[in-house]
Amino acid sequence: MNAVAAHAPGTLDIGIGGLWVRLRTDSPSFVAEMSSRFAGFLGHALKPDHVFDVELIPFPEDDDHAGVDAHEDAVQVTRNGQLWQVRRGDFFAQWDPRLRHGHARMVPSPYSLDSVIRILHTLILAEQGGMLMHASSVAWGGRSFVFTGVSGAGKTTISRLCPPDAHILTDEMSFIRPQEEGYFAHGTPFSGELGRPGENLNAPLSGVFLLAKGPENRIDTLSPAEAVRALMANILYFARDDALTARVFDNAIALAECVPVRRLTFYPDAHVWDFIGRHA
Amino acid sequence: MNEAPLYLLREHNVAARRIGDELMIMSAKDSALFSLNETAAILWEAADGNTALADIVARGICPLFDIDADTALRDARETAEGLAKHGILQLSPHPFGSAS
Repeated sequence: MNAVAAHAPGTLDIGIGGLWVRLRTDSPSFVAEMSSRFAGFLGHALKPDHVFDVELIPFPEDDDHAGVDAHEDAVQVTRNGQLWQVRRGDFFAQWDPRLRHGHARMVPSPYSLDSVIRILHTLILAEQGGMLMHASSVAWGGRSFVFTGVSGAGKTTISRLCPPDAHILTDEMSFIRPQEEGYFAHGTPFSGELGRPGENLNAPLSGVFLLAKGPENRIDTLSPAEAVRALMANILYFARDDALTARVFDNAIALAECVPVRRLTFYPDAHVWDFIGRHA
Repeated sequence: MNEAPLYLLREHNVAARRIGDELMIMSAKDSALFSLNETAAILWEAADGNTALADIVARGICPLFDIDADTALRDARETAEGLAKHGILQLSPHPFGSAS
């Protein structure tokens, strides 16, 4: 880790996939609340990769908190010159990738901050050839496996069934990034049905599986185009921006060229992991 | 055959990549992803804004398929209109470089 020193009050360093983002706010209580949400992914970065100043605003008086947090508003991500702007009902954020600095105005909601962090990572990762993907991921035996698919396909189920010596990197949002040795999957604090953050580990990515439940376990290859289509359907990105769209598309193509992307039909019991161990 | 001329121009806010033997196109407008069949791919690749559809069909499609020119042009027009509906191509009765 990019280690060091003591922290100023109101500061939180969050490290996901080796990317350190420093949040600065004047509310120590919000920092305390966020500390528990991002537990396992906190540290003290000597030189954070990005700094975000967070300005907290009160919840609207006529709105209960659940309403603000309900994710019902569509998020809008646009580029204004070099500046990325992210808007939703509960927050407005701007980020300058050249300065590696951003500012967010938001209600003091963990869901709002979680969303800002996710969107920020989609933008950072896209520039680095990586991605956040709607997928669970598991590290096992020095390798990692990513499981994606439509809602109900079994992303959480398969991570629940993993062997005791495996590590759940996430049951919700996989962090994939190319490194010198190839693609790696990293743990993320973003949780789904399991309701707990992933483990802060990483491992070389051995395969991406498009999941479906079925009466027996089987793996089918996908054509290159099917593989890219499967990845694109599950990569998280929001911006309607020509350059970013092309970048995300190219990143999916590059991933599909380097890492096997296959369909895994599985019967939901622990034997599926024996099957993965033998065939993946 | 005496149909009005039609010119095709690739939309700028899409990313097109050949993956395996498929041409895939992604729209930045709505993140939709399209796989083009062989005929659609020929139209896309020839859609420079200045070549009439009839010429594209005569040079690129008729020699490849056992199909008469009228049928090929009618099918190609339908395909082009479909691509335009999805925001992948622009269509015009005039060359895109011309003033009128």
